[in-house]
Amino acid sequence: MKYMMLIHHDDEALAKADQSLWADYAAFNEALVKAGGSAGERLHPAAGATNVRIRGGKAEVLDGPYADTKEKLAGYFMIDAATPEEAVAWAQRCPSARYGTIEVRPIMDMQR
Amino acid sequence: MSSDRASGVVERIARESYGRLAALVAARTRDLVLAEDLLAEAFAAALAQWPAEGVPATPDGWLITVAKRRHADLLRREQVRMNGEPHLQMLAAEIGEAEELPDRRLALMFACAHPLIERGARAPLILQTVLGITAKSIAAAFLVSPSSMSQRLVRSKAHIKESGIPFGVPEQTEMPERLDAVLEAIYAAYSTGWDDTDEGTSVLAPEAIWLAGLIVELLPGEPEAKALLALMLYAEARRDARRDRDGRYVPIDRQDIALWDRARIGKAEALMHAANSAGPTGRYQLEAAIQSAHIAQRLSGVDCWPAVVALYDHLVALTNSPVARLNRAAALAEVAGPEAALAELSGISADSRMLGYQPYWATLGHLHLRAGHVEAGREALTVAIGLSTDDAVRQHLRLRLDAAS
Repeated sequence: MKYMMLIHHDDEALAKADQSLWADYAAFNEALVKAGGSAGERLHPAAGATNVRIRGGKAEVLDGPYADTKEKLAGYFMIDAATPEEAVAWAQRCPSARYGTIEVRPIMDMQR
Repeated sequence: MSSDRASGVVERIARESYGRLAALVAARTRDLVLAEDLLAEAFAAALAQWPAEGVPATPDGWLITVAKRRHADLLRREQVRMNGEPHLQMLAAEIGEAEELPDRRLALMFACAHPLIERGARAPLILQTVLGITAKSIAAAFLVSPSSMSQRLVRSKAHIKESGIPFGVPEQTEMPERLDAVLEAIYAAYSTGWDDTDEGTSVLAPEAIWLAGLIVELLPGEPEAKALLALMLYAEARRDARRDRDGRYVPIDRQDIALWDRARIGKAEALMHAANSAGPTGRYQLEAAIQSAHIAQRLSGVDCWPAVVALYDHLVALTNSPVARLNRAAALAEVAGPEAALAELSGISADSRMLGYQPYWATLGHLHLRAGHVEAGREALTVAIGLSTDDAVRQHLRLRLDAAS
């Protein structure tokens, strides 16, 4: 089953993180690729987000984070895991698990 | 007596002795869920009474007595309802029983290992009911989500009650299968305690060793029980040497042997020889013999690598596990050189389980570097770092990677 791993970060905690975090991220991405996945993507800070919606036929375009939470979506990666346990193991390895939270979400199989 | 101190004592007992107390109550009630409810009531009573009246001389005994009294009340009420049922007789008989803690805990462990309990739940159930580990920590150790682990445990406890699984040491014919699950649970508890350095869980390793010791006493004819105890004692003997002052991981070939606990090593040796008297055959016997060879090598300087490779040959034949083959290759490097070991590893490189297995990439990286393949070595070590969850291990590998550039 395919899983999307959503990385939620507190930007302040991330700013204080040790610089080895980025070396660890490079290593983590390499391990992901070796195991048949693809390297994760990192997002620009949520403050630079643009939110778009259409209400009553009118488009509204708003700046700023979508959710007013301390931890914000900061990136994601996808894996193909045989069991939910394997997916959780990958979340534990993600360097961001030490600073934020990794949300593990199975992807719906629309072929079935 | 300050109320802070009293509630501190309650908290400490809940943390350190919960499993033991629950096991003791459960041995009476034959119902784990009920036992935990009764114990919770006893703890609540302690929190209400101890700050005012002082902590009793034997707090554990006090809690057990309260839980038993609540149980008696329950039975009495049931007695009235079910008129004629001989519950009170049973109760009287049970109160008269000696409180032999060790045997009760073992009886509970074997009940949890009953074939009627789903296989995947046996070891976790033992960890929770006998050792008092929370479903959350068990879930982490077995890599499942806490909610599904809780469900699995609740289901199993209900099953023990409904099917009337007896509490006791099983018949000789049922022993091998149940002993497997019991030993597996003890080893899992030990491994959890081994990795954990924070104080809250450090009691697990000594608990695991103590329980294995009980099983050895109870079942002196079971070589695998002796071997598991030896295996854990070998590891425990090296506990103080496995991290340096800064908390960094130290591999066995660089540990300070002055920090090893020789008394424990001696005990482990005696156990292992007793277990192996008919030749090492079981999994724990082989693993204990491998530990013994590693330690002998450091203590005597005698080259034990050929013996280690031979022991791994047996382990590979017995388990056919890729992990055993990986360790065999690492040992082979010391006998026949890194190229021979790398050739061996190519046999398991296609196994998809190895792709996400950190020790595979760490071993591959070290072997490539030793063989002078800098590029391949750095690549494999990088993957190993990416797969590590332990800071100390990650730092150890990073130093190795930096030295190779």
